[in-house]
Order: sequence, then C-alpha cells, then structure tokens
Amino acid sequence: MTTQTLIYLFVGLSFALYIGIAIASRAGSTKEFYVAGGGVNPVVNGMATAADWMSAASFISMAGIIAFSGYDGSVYLMGWTGGYVMLALLLAPYLKKFGQYTVPDFIGTRYYSKAARVVAVICLIFISFTYIAGQMRGVGIVFSRFLDVPINLGVIIGMGIVFIYAVLGGMKGITYTQVAQYCVLIFAYMVPAFFISFLITGNPVPQLGLGSTVNDGSGLYVLQKLDLVLQDMGFGAYTDGSKSMIDVFCITAALMVGTAGLPHVIVRFFTVPKASDARKSAGWALVFIALLYTTAPAVGAFARLNFIDSVNNVEYAHAPEWFKNWESNDLIAWRDKNGDGKMQLGKGDPFEGAPEFAADTGASGERVVANAAADDNANEVYVDRDIMVLANPEIANLPGWVIALVAAGGLAAALSTAAGLLLVISSSISHDLLKSTFRPQITEKGELLAARIAATAAIVVAGYLGIYPPGWVAQVVAFAFGLAAASLFPAIFMGIFSKRMNREGAIAGMVTGLSFTFLYIGWFKLWSPESNVAANWLFGISPEGIGVIGMLLNFAVAIAVARFTSAPPKEIGWLVDKIRVPRG
Amino acid sequence: MSETSLDTPDKDAETSVTEKAYWSQNIRLLCTLMSIWFLVSFGAGILFRDFLDQFAIGGYPLGFWFAQQGAIYFFILLIIIYNVRMKRIERQYDLDD
Repeated sequence: MTTQTLIYLFVGLSFALYIGIAIASRAGSTKEFYVAGGGVNPVVNGMATAADWMSAASFISMAGIIAFSGYDGSVYLMGWTGGYVMLALLLAPYLKKFGQYTVPDFIGTRYYSKAARVVAVICLIFISFTYIAGQMRGVGIVFSRFLDVPINLGVIIGMGIVFIYAVLGGMKGITYTQVAQYCVLIFAYMVPAFFISFLITGNPVPQLGLGSTVNDGSGLYVLQKLDLVLQDMGFGAYTDGSKSMIDVFCITAALMVGTAGLPHVIVRFFTVPKASDARKSAGWALVFIALLYTTAPAVGAFARLNFIDSVNNVEYAHAPEWFKNWESNDLIAWRDKNGDGKMQLGKGDPFEGAPEFAADTGASGERVVANAAADDNANEVYVDRDIMVLANPEIANLPGWVIALVAAGGLAAALSTAAGLLLVISSSISHDLLKSTFRPQITEKGELLAARIAATAAIVVAGYLGIYPPGWVAQVVAFAFGLAAASLFPAIFMGIFSKRMNREGAIAGMVTGLSFTFLYIGWFKLWSPESNVAANWLFGISPEGIGVIGMLLNFAVAIAVARFTSAPPKEIGWLVDKIRVPRG
Repeated sequence: MSETSLDTPDKDAETSVTEKAYWSQNIRLLCTLMSIWFLVSFGAGILFRDFLDQFAIGGYPLGFWFAQQGAIYFFILLIIIYNVRMKRIERQYDLDD
C-alpha cells in the first residue's frame, strides 16, 4: 500500500472509532453532559485529562520549538507539567468536594456573588477561544499536508467530527473519545521517537538516548555534538539558550500557574466520584503527560541533528524528498544567496518574514521567494518549526505506516483538546449564564438543549477562526495562560485556603489581574509590536511571563481590599470547612 | 480566624478541633512538598542551573537534565507522596472519603 492510502486508512479508522464511541455514550442529563455523570474511574480520567491537555501545540509544535531554542524550550517542559502538582495538591480535591459542574460555579458560590460568577465566565470564554483557534488551525495543517485536502475543507471535517461527539455526548462522549485519542496520539508520538533514538544513538528509549553518545563513531554525547555543530555554524550552544534568567523563571511560573487555572483542565476532575480520586487522577494525568513530555526534548534534539545533517551544504538538486514536499506546502523555503546551488544553514532570518512565493522557479528548480532580502547573514533556509514532528518520520526515512500514524496522532491531539474547550464554553453559557444567572427557571431539559446549542455555536465560531485565522491568533496564545494565572487561579486558591477572603477582594483581585495582564500583552503583541524588545519590558519580563506579575497583583489587591471590607457571611465559612474535609 | 462561635453545640466544636488538627497537618505537608516542587524546577532547572551544569548524568549536564527531564520525574513523585500521606492522615483523623 502506498503511504497515501495508509494515511487515509489510519485517519479514517481513528475517526470511525471516535464516532462509534460517541454514539455509544450519548448524554441523557445535564449531569452526564457537564461531568459525565460523575462516576469516571480516576485512571481513565487521568488518561482523558492527558488528551484534553495535550493539544496540537504539544504534539506538533513543542518538539520543534525545543529543537530550535534548546535550553529555552525548558519553560514549556517544566511549565506545562509543574501545574499538575499545583492541581493535585492545591485545587483538584477541594473543587471536587465542592461538587458542582463548572469553575464559575465555584467562584460564584464561594464569593456569594453573581458579579463574580460573570467575571469568571468572561475570563473562561476569552481563555478558551484563544486556545481553540490554534487547535482548528492544527487540524487544517495536518489535513492539507497529509491528506491533500484543502485546509478549509480539513477544518470543516474536523468541526463535523467534534460536533458529533461533543454535542451528542457532552462530557460523557468526550471522556471516552479522549481516552481513545490519548492511545492514538501517544502511540503515534512514541513509535517514531523510538526509531529515531535508535537510529542516532543505538538506544531505543528516547529519554536515555538523549543522554547517550551519537552512533557515528565520534564518541561524542548527543548534546555535546549539538553544541559543537551549532557553535560551528554561528549559533549559541544548544544547552545554553538565549533568554534571561528572570524571563525563563517568569514564563515557567506563568505556564505552571496558568495550567492549574485552565477551566477545561479543572473540570476534568469534577468527573471522578470522590475528592481523593481527584488527586489520584491528577497524578495519573501527569504520568500519561510525562510520557510525551520527557520524549519531546529528545525528539527535538534528534530532529535538529538530523535536519542539519540532511540539509546543510547539500545541493538543492539532491535535496531530500520531504524537503520539497514541505516546500510545496509553503512551510520550507530556500533562497540561494551565494549562488552555489547548495543550501547553507546559519543564524538569522534568510529573508524578512514568512515566505511569499513567486510563480516562477529559480536556477536550481527551487520556488522563488519574493520577500525582502535580509543580507546581514548567510542563512539560506526558512523552516517553519511546526513541521519538525510531522516531518521527522520522513527525515529519518521511516516506513509509510509511521507517517500515517503521526497524521492520525496530530489530529487526535487537536480534536481532543478542541472538544474539551468547547465543552467548558458551552457549559459556562448554559449553566452559568442561563441557569444560574439570567434564567433560573429553565428546566433540566431546556438547560441540556441550551448546552447543545451553545456547543454548536461555539464549534461554528471555532471553525470560522480556523478557516480565517486572524493575524493575532498566533500572537496571543500567551493570553490564555497569562490570563488564567492572573485571574482564575488566585480566586480559586484563596477561596479554598483563606476563609477571610470575601466577595469584594476576589472581584477586585480578578479584575486587576485580568486587566493588567491583558493590557501588557495587548500592548506588546497587538498595539505596539515594534516595541516588544527586552529593553522595554517591565523588569525584563516578556509578555509570555507577565501573568506571574498579574497573579501577584491579584493576590495583593484581593488581600488589601478584603482587609478593609466586611468578612464573608457565616455560611461561607461552613462551606469552606466542608470543602477542606474529604468525608461527607 | 476562629469559626467556632460560642453558640455552637459541643459536638460541633469537637469535630472542629479534629478538623483543625487535620487541616494544619495537611498545610504542613503541602508546605514541604511545594518547597521541593520549587527546588527541583525553579531551583535546579533555572536558578542554580549554571552551577549544576558542571556535573553530569550520562551525557546530560545536570542542570539541563533537571530542566528537561528530572523536574518532571520529581513532579510525579511528589503527587504520589501526597496521595499516600494524605490517605494516612485522613484515616488517622477518621475523615477519609
């Protein structure tokens, strides 16, 4: 069978599986729709959480980012796993014990205020939509490269699949499809990783391979060789990185706290039966996530070595086939600056911006790039970092079925996260805005219908964002984590650990954290991108890491305001007492 | 921040004492584990990375290893320890679920 047939087969089979599961687990009540009935086994929920959490960014982009930034990539590895310790120890068991359906539920009840609930809903919707647009784009990329389907059609097919299991099955359908999606995506990630690790180091376990010697007889360790090769080419050492320490610190912290404050992750822990199951489940989730997260740095390093080996100083006429494949997808480009017909890699941009191709071909048969020149460096090759994981099997000459597996895995990662996000958006509208705030008389049936309509609307909006990605989408992913860290996390944390925290304090804190972070990121990313350099940053902290300062401001303002306003009513004290104890 | 007001019946006050003792043990455990959480990630992986990089685990400089591998293994360990210890504390105070 050709690779193309295999890809259709794998993707088709995985989709059939998701739809089958969705039909088998339709939701019949709001409890099933919001929290899968509340009886999910902690290990199963851990697996579903892992798929929910690991998005197109984790699966497709992360290893590529690490490949090109070396040590700096650590912020994602630590940041996107350390949050689970906070979830397991500080939030999940207590929120489970509280026993409601959504994150705004907790904030609205604990702070005895509809205003607080609505502020939480606004944070939640903003965070979730920022996040979901990226997932839909991921679906489009995979479709267009692997299935030869136009990006837009790919997005629409993706929307259709998510529609079936999110709208029919709610959290119940999502939970069990996410389990299947985890299996697909982890298998798809690990298989090529084993192959490549074995190829480069002779050790098939990537986590060990990255610490081993290269298989080329030089006796050098992988990381040593990378450092040497990169320094030879004028880059900094792989194990060094270029971000300042304070920035690395703050970005890591913002990602960790942001993870712990992301609503679509938190609600997964509402689906287990008991409080102790919630922390157990967070542990399992981290185990399943760590499998991919400890493999990613190895994949990144191997991919970088492989890429340099097979491209640097190679004549374009003899360029490997994957190079030309991805070039025809606009994600790789080459401009022969010195006219020697060979591709030279180096530091700096080969030309300005992302490639815009002219219709004609150059002397060696390459696609001509129309961009403005950047002649201050000798780098001739543009490569979109997102392709490193997707192209890895081709770069390493792996068999066709591995390539097909990666395509199915990328789709699983994007679809599972999109579904989780759609669910929290729809439940915040049907449950928090309608049932709890504006239409309390709505019936159970009416609420369930509203949830399904809201999910449908959210899918349409997400699909629209995927088909017409506004320029700002890629620029503002920092928003999701920064805002979660600066708004939701402190309110939830203090709601559990401080009985004195009151309505006034929590709202003032959330509004302060949210607006400060929003304005800081907005200024440097949207309104004044030309000033986005370290010299202009507050304390040298980039927009990606500023959520930490927003969080500190939130805490400070909340505590100060609470001190000068009246203590919460007695019932709230009892509520907190009840949340803190697992029994009952 | 005493919640037990004078008019609560004795039985509730008793429960509250148990619950308070349980909660302060929980907080102590949390402080210990969160300190380790901070040390293995922000400490070993970021603040003291340059110092630790003079040592190595196989081909990994030690600080780099913490940042890209070790911290994650420690995170898992921390959650396991918390699960085990909390179960024991909850049983001890007869508050488990």
